[in-house]
Amino acid sequence: MLPSKLKGYVDSNSKADKNHNGCCTPPAKNKESYALQDQDVIREFLVESHENLSRLDQEFVELEKHPKDAALLASIFRTIHTIKGTCGFLAFSTLERITHQAETLLSQLRDGERELTASMISLIFETVDATRKVLASIEESGEEGPNGFEDLTERLSIAAQLTASPENQPSLEVSAPTQSSAALSGAALPGATTSPVLLAEPHIDVGVSSPPEGKKFEEDTGKSSAAADANIRVGVGLLDKLMDLVGELVLTRNQILQYNAEREDATLNATSQRLNLITSELQEGVMKTRMQPIGVVWNKLPRVVRDMAMSLGKQIRLEMDGAGTELDRTIIEAIKDPLMHLVRNSCDHGIEAPQERARAGKPPEGRLTLRAYHEGGQVNIEIGDDGAGIDVARVKQMALDRGLLRPEQVETLSDREALNLIFLPGFSTAKTITNVSGRGVGMDVVKSHIEKIGGVVDVFSRPGEGSTVKIKIPLTLAIIPGLVITSGNRRAAPRSGARIGERFVIPQVSLVELIRLEGQADRSQIERIHGTPVYRRRGGLLPIAYLNDILGLERPVDIEASAETSAEANVVNIVVLQAEDRQFGLVVDGINDTQEIVVKPLGKQLKGLTIYAGATIMGDGAVALILDVLGIGQRSGVLAESREQARTAVEQKTQSGTEQQRLLLFRAGSFKRLAVPLALVARLEEFQQSAIEHAGGGLVVQYRNRILPLVPLRTILEPGAPGPDQTADPVQVVVFNDGDRSLGMVVDQILDVAEEAVTVRQKSSQKGLLGSAVVGKQVTDFLDLNDVIHAAAENWFQGQDGLESRKRILVAETSPFSRGLIRSSLEMAGYGVLEASTLDEAIRALEQQPVDIVMATLDLPPGGGSALLRAMRRRPQWDGIPVLALTEAAAGQAKASEVQAAGFDDCQPKFDRAAMLESLARLASALASAEDVAGGRGRGALIHGG
Amino acid sequence: MAAETATLKPELARTSGQFSTFFVADLFFGVDVLRVQEVLRFQQMTRVPQSPEVVEGLINLRGQIVTAIDMRRRLGLPPRDGDQPPMNIVVRTDDGAVSLLVDEIGDVLDVDTASYEPPPANLHPAARELIRGVYKLKDRLLLVLDAERTVELGAVRKSGGAHVPSTTEK
Repeated sequence: MLPSKLKGYVDSNSKADKNHNGCCTPPAKNKESYALQDQDVIREFLVESHENLSRLDQEFVELEKHPKDAALLASIFRTIHTIKGTCGFLAFSTLERITHQAETLLSQLRDGERELTASMISLIFETVDATRKVLASIEESGEEGPNGFEDLTERLSIAAQLTASPENQPSLEVSAPTQSSAALSGAALPGATTSPVLLAEPHIDVGVSSPPEGKKFEEDTGKSSAAADANIRVGVGLLDKLMDLVGELVLTRNQILQYNAEREDATLNATSQRLNLITSELQEGVMKTRMQPIGVVWNKLPRVVRDMAMSLGKQIRLEMDGAGTELDRTIIEAIKDPLMHLVRNSCDHGIEAPQERARAGKPPEGRLTLRAYHEGGQVNIEIGDDGAGIDVARVKQMALDRGLLRPEQVETLSDREALNLIFLPGFSTAKTITNVSGRGVGMDVVKSHIEKIGGVVDVFSRPGEGSTVKIKIPLTLAIIPGLVITSGNRRAAPRSGARIGERFVIPQVSLVELIRLEGQADRSQIERIHGTPVYRRRGGLLPIAYLNDILGLERPVDIEASAETSAEANVVNIVVLQAEDRQFGLVVDGINDTQEIVVKPLGKQLKGLTIYAGATIMGDGAVALILDVLGIGQRSGVLAESREQARTAVEQKTQSGTEQQRLLLFRAGSFKRLAVPLALVARLEEFQQSAIEHAGGGLVVQYRNRILPLVPLRTILEPGAPGPDQTADPVQVVVFNDGDRSLGMVVDQILDVAEEAVTVRQKSSQKGLLGSAVVGKQVTDFLDLNDVIHAAAENWFQGQDGLESRKRILVAETSPFSRGLIRSSLEMAGYGVLEASTLDEAIRALEQQPVDIVMATLDLPPGGGSALLRAMRRRPQWDGIPVLALTEAAAGQAKASEVQAAGFDDCQPKFDRAAMLESLARLASALASAEDVAGGRGRGALIHGG
Repeated sequence: MAAETATLKPELARTSGQFSTFFVADLFFGVDVLRVQEVLRFQQMTRVPQSPEVVEGLINLRGQIVTAIDMRRRLGLPPRDGDQPPMNIVVRTDDGAVSLLVDEIGDVLDVDTASYEPPPANLHPAARELIRGVYKLKDRLLLVLDAERTVELGAVRKSGGAHVPSTTEK
C-alpha cells in the first residue's frame, strides 16, 4: 500500500512516536527527511489516507453489528495508527493529535478494556470526518487549516478516560484518579466541556503504547509490502493516455485489415491477422486497467444509510451483492451521484418506520439491497427496498395536482407508465419535505444523468412489498459498437472514392431494429398523417423522420451511380431507434455494417449541435460523425419534448388566473393564428365558391333553407385588404348562432382546436381583436367577436325583441381578457354590457347608470365578488338587482353551494356560455315578472339605447 | 492535452516576434509561430451538416479530430477559385488544435516590433474583431490574426461569417 520509501519513514517514525509519546514535534531525524520529501510524498499520503478513511467508514458500520470482532477492531486500529504515524512524520500536528486520541480509544476497545457504545461510534465517525476536512485542506493549500478541532480532541480524550474503570485498568498505565473519571462520567456527552487539568494527565498516560501495538504494526507492514509488490499505483492521466493510444491502434488496425483485404499477400495476411489479435487483446487489457469495481462507490453507502436511518428513526439493513462488478472509471464517476440519490430516496420514501412495518406484518428492520451484475455487455444495477412500494394512485393524483398531466391522459396510463411519472421534473410523492429528499428535484436528474452515459432507468414496484429501481448502463464509453449508415450526397472530395452518401454512426445501444422496405408497394407503407410520416409496424404506428431532412442533405442522385440508385430508389431503410422511452424510425439511404468505434469529442465550435454525440475515425482514415439519437429525435420533432412540456405545464399552472378553455384556431389574411372560444362557435362549414351569392351588398350563402350572411374576416381586420380569396375553394366558414340568427365568418384556414390554459395576455389596440395570448406555444390573437359582428352585420342585434328589451348587464371581472370574451357572448345574445374591473369601478358604474343584472367574478379586488354583493345589498336602490357569481371553470358543486349561501342569485363558470346565458335569461325573466308585480319601481326608465 | 495547454499559456503571453504567414484572398496574415502546430496540404474532409457555415469540415490529424475553419468565409470574403485547394494551418488554441483553411502559405518572418500599430479605427468591425494589429513591412502590411477569436464561433453561428461589404459585393 505505502510506497516503500514512505514506509520506512513511517516505521521509524512509529518507533520515534513510541519514545515521544505522541508528541507533536517530529523527531530531529525526521526533520531532515522532511526537508527532502517533495510534494509526491504528500500526495501519496493524501491518496492513501482517503482510501483508508473510506475503508474505515465501512468497517465501523460492520463493527456496529459485531462489536466484539477482534480482527475488525485490530484492522481499524491499524488504519488509524497508519494515518497518525504518517502525519506525525509529515508534521501535520492537528491531524496527529486527533488521530492519536482516536487511536487511544481504539486501543482500549481492541484490548477489551471497554465495550463499544453507539455514542462512541458516533464520536469516531466524527473523528473520521474531521480527518477528512483536514486532509481536504491539506490538499488545497498544503496547510492543515485554521480549525484545530480542539473540542473534538477533548471529547475523545474524555471518552478514553472514562473507560478506564478501575477494575479492568491495566496496572501501570492510567494514573487518572478514580474520582476524576467518576466526575467526568456526567460530562461524557459530546460538546461537554471539562477542565483542562483533568485532560492533561490522561493524555500522557494512555499514550504509552501497550506492547501489542508495536507488534501489530510490524505484522501490518509485512503484509502490506507484499501487497505493494503485486500492485503499483498508476496515475489516471497515464491510463487515459494509454486508452487513447489503444484507440488509435484499433483504428490503424482497421485500416491495415481493410488494405489487406484488397491484396493477396500471404505474409501481409498473416502479419495483419496477428496484429488484429494482439490489438484486440491489448484493447481488452487496457480497458481492464480503467475498470473499477462498483464497490468503490458502494463503500460510501453503508455510512450514508446508517446516518439516514439514525436521523429518520428507521432501522435499515443494507445488503450489497456484486460489489466486484467492474465498470469503466468514467462511468463510475457518472453514476456516483444518481446512485447516492436513489439510495437516499429508498431510505426516506421507501422503507417505512418500524411501527408502520410492524403494522404491515413486516420485520421492523427494513432491507435495502444493492445488486450489480453484467448482462449482455451491459451492467445492471438494482436498488431495491422492501418498503411500502410506490402508490400508483397517488402518483397519478400527484401528476394531476401538479398539472403534469391532464385527467384524460392519466386515465389511459398503465401502472408501469404511471410509475415512471416519478421521473418527471417537479415530482415528488413524499408527503413532507425532509432535508434528505422531497423537493421534487432528483429523480428527473437521476434519469438525465443515467441517460447521458447511454443508460436506461426503470422502476418497478409492488404495493406493500417494496420497489426496485433498475439501471442499465454500458460498460465503457470510450469504445462502443455502432452501426454505420450513409445519408445524402457526398460532396466531391479530391481523394474520395466513388462512394455515395456520407457516413454516420449510430450507437448500437439506441438501436432497436432495422426495417427494409422494397418495391413500390412497400414504400407506400409509410403513410402520412397531416404531412407527418408514420409507418405501421406490427399494428402500431411508428413516427418516421428522414435523416436527410434533419441534416439538410439531398438524396443521392449521382449520374454514374444511377444504375445502382434506380434499383435502390425503391428501397427504404428504416433504422428503429430508442430514445428515452420512445421509439422512432429514422430513414437513411444506406446501411453498411456495425463496427467498434472510438468516440472522440467534437471541437468547441461544434458543441452547440445536439444532433451529434461526437466523431470517430473510420477504417479508411476518414472522419465520421456519431449521431446523437436523442438530439436527432428532438430535432425532427418525433420526440415531443415531454420533459419540456411537463416543465411548462408546471410553470403555466403556477401562473395566477389560469383559464382552461377550448379554443378554435384559424388563420385569416395576415393574421396567422387567431382564436375564438369554441363555446361561441355553432359549427364549422365549407361552401363551394359557386354557392356564394351577393345580396344586399354583402355575401350570403343558402344554408339549411335560410340565408346565411357571410363576413370575410380579413376585410374586417384589414380594411384595405382584398376580399376573400377567390381561389380558395371551398371556403371555410365559422358559423355563429344565436337563436334564429346565424352569421358565417369566412376564414382562410381552420387550423386546430386547442384546449389550453391561456397564460400570457396582452391587450390589443387593433380593432376586432381582444388581445394576444400564448396558445400551444405560439402567440395567438383573440378575436373580438363583438367588434367583428358589429362591423359586419349592423342588424345582428336587432332581433325581433328590438333594442327596447335589452337588459343591461354589469360585468365585474378583473381580467380584461375574460371580460372581453364574456362581453362578446353577452352582446351576441342581445344584452347591453357595462364593464368594471374592480369593486370601485363596479360601484361607480352602478351609480352612473341603471343596471339590470350584475355578474361578478369571485376574485374581484379588493375583497372579492361577495364584497360587491354586500355593498349592493346595503343600498335599497340596488338591493333588487340580481347578482350572478362567476367562478373559475374548474370550480365544483361545493363552490356553487358556498356561493349561493353567500347570497348570490346564481353561480356559473366563466366560460360556459350556454349555462351563463340560460342563467341570465332566468334572472331576467324573474326580474320582469317582479317588475310586473311591483309596477312602477322605475326600472322602465332603464330602457336607453345601447 | 491539459499539460500541453498549461505549458502553452506562458508562450502565448510573450510573442516570439516571429510570424508564420499566409494569404487569404489579397490579405497577408501572420500568426505567432509558436502557435502553429503544423502546416498541411489539403486534407480529406468530412463535412458537418447543420454546422456553422464557416466550419468546412473535420479532418483526421493522426487520430486527432480537428475542426477546419474556412478563413475566407470567416472573414466574409468571396469563395476561392475551384481548382486551388486550400492549405491547412493547424493552430493550437485553448480548446485544442483547430485548422485554418487559407489560400497560400508564406514564409516565417521576423518583424520589427517598432513597426507595429493597432488596427485602424475605420476597419470594418467584423475584420477588426479578428485582427489584433498591423506590422508595417517594407512592401506590404502584415495583419496579426487573433487565433483565439478566429476559432470562437459563438457570434457567428450559422449566419456565414463576418461580412465585409466591400469585398463580398464584387
